Amino acid sequence: MSVFYFVAFLSIFFALMTIFTKNPVHSVLYLVITFFTFTVHYILLNAQFLAVVNFIVYMGAIMVLFLFVLMLLNLNKDTEPLKSNLVKFMGVIAGMCLLVTLAASFRLLQISDPVVLKNPDIGLVSNLGKVLFSDFLLPFEISSILLLTAMVGAVLLAKNDPKKV
Amino acid sequence: MITLTHFLIVGACLFSIGLYAVMARRNAIMVLVGIELMINAAVLNLVAFGRYDSEHYGGQAFALFAIVLAAASVAVALAIILNVYRHYKTINPEDINHLKD
Repeated sequence: MSVFYFVAFLSIFFALMTIFTKNPVHSVLYLVITFFTFTVHYILLNAQFLAVVNFIVYMGAIMVLFLFVLMLLNLNKDTEPLKSNLVKFMGVIAGMCLLVTLAASFRLLQISDPVVLKNPDIGLVSNLGKVLFSDFLLPFEISSILLLTAMVGAVLLAKNDPKKV
Repeated sequence: MITLTHFLIVGACLFSIGLYAVMARRNAIMVLVGIELMINAAVLNLVAFGRYDSEHYGGQAFALFAIVLAAASVAVALAIILNVYRHYKTINPEDINHLKD
């Protein structure tokens, strides 16, 4: 129980660090830690396979992609211009409105059922695989086509001379 | 006791943080980082709701598809950002205001 509060605090804290750090490389590294806390959340929610997928896809692939592009653009220094005061003022007003709305909604919040383990094997890869290949077969195949399309598109876009394509 | 609401609150906080990054940062890659945070908050909500669907595993299956979509979109978006930087020498989204080259 206390693990959840600790991990929730860590994820929100590192997400705040992600958006308030000036250096983009540090920001992306904080994002890695945020995604790791998401992995711990998934384990707490009994989704073991999703935890492994999150670990591999986000902390492996996407982070390497982000860091490579940042290094390629050579923007790992303070190049971000300062925001104007009007934008900051608008941001503060919008954030306070969101906070008031959240506080008002917490007053009406019902206590939901505690998260109980109906079936502790729910997140294992064998059960999830059976569901993926029976109920979700069509979305599964379409997502494979989507991945192929994204790969072809990314390679075409990132080629040296886009005008010759 | 940890209820569904706790996970939903964490997801809402992370979604708001990602929204701030999308609205306020002047760097296209940081905007993309904000979008990733928002997608992850949504996936966390899906997994949390999936606890109540023990027959069809709908939450976890859709979370898996959402992760696939996020990975594909990040790859394409980073390629687009590379192209934009090559053409404009900047990735500030406010400076990129010509539709045709």
